[in-house]
Amino acid sequence: MTFAGWATIVLFAVILTALALPLGGYMAKVYSAQRVFLSPILAGPERLLYRVFRVDERQGQDWKAYAKSLLVFSLAGWLLLYLILRTQNAFFVPHGLNPLGYHSAPWNVTFNTVSSFVTNTNWQYYSGETTMSYFSQMLGLTVQNWLSASVAVAVAVALIRGIMGRSGKSLGNFWQDLVRTILYVLAPISVLGALVLVSQGVIQNFSTYLSAHTITGLSQTIAMGPVASQEVIKELGTNGGGFFNVNSAHPFENPTAFTNLFEMLLVLIIPAALVFTYGRMTGNRRQGYAIYSAMMALFLVAVVVAYVAEAHGSPAQHAAGLHTHAISGSGGGNMEGKEQRFGIAGSALFDVVTTVTSCGAVNSAIESFTGIGGAVPMANLSASETIFGGVGTGLYSILLYVLLAVFIGGLMVGRTPEWLGKKLEAREIKLAGLGILVTPLAALFATALATASHGGRASISELGKGPQGFSESFYAYLSQANNNGSAFAGYTGFVQPNAGNVGSHGVTFADLLGGGVMLFARFAPILFALAVAGALAGKRVTPAGLGTMRTDNPTFVVLLIAVIILVGALTFFPALLLGPVVQGLTGHLY
Amino acid sequence: MRRDILTACIAMVVFTVLLGLVYPLVITGVSQVAFPGNANGQKVYVGGKLVGSKIIGQSFAKVVLDKNGKPKEEEGELLTQADPRYFQSRPSATEGGAYNAAASAFSNRGPNDKATEEADAENIKAYLALEKPYDPSLTTAQIPVDAVNTSASNLDPEISEANARIQAHRVAAKRGLSLSEVDGLVSKYTDARGLGFSGEPGVNVLELNLALDRLTAAPR
Repeated sequence: MTFAGWATIVLFAVILTALALPLGGYMAKVYSAQRVFLSPILAGPERLLYRVFRVDERQGQDWKAYAKSLLVFSLAGWLLLYLILRTQNAFFVPHGLNPLGYHSAPWNVTFNTVSSFVTNTNWQYYSGETTMSYFSQMLGLTVQNWLSASVAVAVAVALIRGIMGRSGKSLGNFWQDLVRTILYVLAPISVLGALVLVSQGVIQNFSTYLSAHTITGLSQTIAMGPVASQEVIKELGTNGGGFFNVNSAHPFENPTAFTNLFEMLLVLIIPAALVFTYGRMTGNRRQGYAIYSAMMALFLVAVVVAYVAEAHGSPAQHAAGLHTHAISGSGGGNMEGKEQRFGIAGSALFDVVTTVTSCGAVNSAIESFTGIGGAVPMANLSASETIFGGVGTGLYSILLYVLLAVFIGGLMVGRTPEWLGKKLEAREIKLAGLGILVTPLAALFATALATASHGGRASISELGKGPQGFSESFYAYLSQANNNGSAFAGYTGFVQPNAGNVGSHGVTFADLLGGGVMLFARFAPILFALAVAGALAGKRVTPAGLGTMRTDNPTFVVLLIAVIILVGALTFFPALLLGPVVQGLTGHLY
Repeated sequence: MRRDILTACIAMVVFTVLLGLVYPLVITGVSQVAFPGNANGQKVYVGGKLVGSKIIGQSFAKVVLDKNGKPKEEEGELLTQADPRYFQSRPSATEGGAYNAAASAFSNRGPNDKATEEADAENIKAYLALEKPYDPSLTTAQIPVDAVNTSASNLDPEISEANARIQAHRVAAKRGLSLSEVDGLVSKYTDARGLGFSGEPGVNVLELNLALDRLTAAPR
């Protein structure tokens, strides 16, 4: 561990908070249909889009209508993406967009990939540079990076409206929330961010792969592509699907320590800002600060544990006789699966940033993390996107936990629970409880199925022996259920002997189970969140009395943290023990 | 319902054109004008020939020749060995030979795997065999971790400064330079941390080797 490492972590948290506060205020205006500084430029295109889409954006939707629009839109996106990926070498695709003449991946891998991108998961059994043409990457995958993120933000905003709703049942208009998210939030940051990335060395071209002859007489082929435009929205929309197989570890996706910092900020900025948006929109900013404090506390604990564990080094390194402490000119630590330019701190921090959110981009090999270092991302996933979480997803997930915490707090003091002036009754608690439980349920059920069946074990990598093999399976379904997308990457769902997909085949069991889990664990919680919004929207507001439990003070922050840890620990602790914790407690090699 | 379907279909087509075509093309256009070097991968040319990318790691090994002067092959792959005149990159385990930049891949070696220990031990042995003759006091305990652990991308363009300082002994001897001359070059090509605090300092191996070649025409 080094001073610079700790400084990186502290400064990151400070910069993030400083940027999220103003963005949160800006977004609150955007979703309250107020004028913002971009309105003069964007109001025209916005109106034009509504006309083309044939929607009346002023018409409010109740929760069922809102959900219906959302589901139909997601289904249309699913079908179009499947079509694009399966036709990447069809006659109508210009050669310039498929310069290497790649064929399509098989149906089962494509089913998994499409479900993955439409659900904001970006779990990847395929490897970008040997599977996807530029056509698929741009028109298919990049587009869903934008849309799946916007859909989730829309749900979060609808839930806020439900909570603060004073009259009627309207949660707003889905199409308006979708368009405003894209135009006012994602587009400005993406365009600027992409150019910042290129200025630091991320590539952006349509060249065919380079063929170099090295100074020692070897030849090297170097993959190319329009990377920056996809990279920025991959981070900003907490999508996480890399252009290249090794994601943000690839020097063309993440060339310097500065871009590493920049990309981590892109990942967390919207999830962090939305918490402040919530505070603003409910008219009590302290509500946002309270939730933010709970998130930040859990986040920092995770970072510290991961950094300490990785700086310590792994049993395999020590058995080989390596000394892993920092020396002059080398930071030491577990550098297996980590890049020199990021070092241990830059890798551990990125790992936590990407697993507390639903991003899943990685700049280091999570499978090579130490036992405890690897338990951190799993614990983050076990918190079901409540520690910042994905864009939109994070806010609606934590608000369900807030509701649960208010309910538990109410039980403890023996009063009818109230939240922001609204009485919580059986219906809301039931819906929130279900919304909280579907993700762990999907993760554990799929893991059990995969580890207990022959078809599931076929995906475990050759190297994954003992607890490592269990960790691979558990991580795969935990990640897909949380719509995260990071992986113990040895787990296989696609066998590809040659670049370009000739002779390749998918592992049907892993592809279909994973795809099903992603779809279920994405849309079920969305429906529950919207149903909660619908149930709250029509309720009368009563002024807070003396007996009302406050949800904006430190006591509540502690209660909220306790509820998150309690639910996560009760559901996932046995599974965590079987994999990473066993490894962390022993120096034994398998 | 029918209205939703119509809107969803129109929206998908419009967004695909705007976000999947117009947006990447605009970014490409601006990048190619404003940052052409970066946007095209920071290509490095020597004598008009492309030798690689500045930020993609590569192997500084040479092909092993058999008695008849033909390249030796083993299991369909060219047999190579480290070229001692050059600084060596980190170990790389990409398919089809080290530093295959057309198929980046994680090594996925677990922290408690015997296979990981064996790979580390093999890399330690190779490192000592290469460096110890020129740096006799070198022991396993002194080898920096990056010299034997594979990177995440397996395309890491950098090595740690400590790793470069050890290799400097060999390179200086092989090229008839003084150690301080080579150390001076190492210092020159060691990057600082990002913004002064972020990440780790590292040495860009390709740039360092090219600088060496400019200093001394590589002796055979």
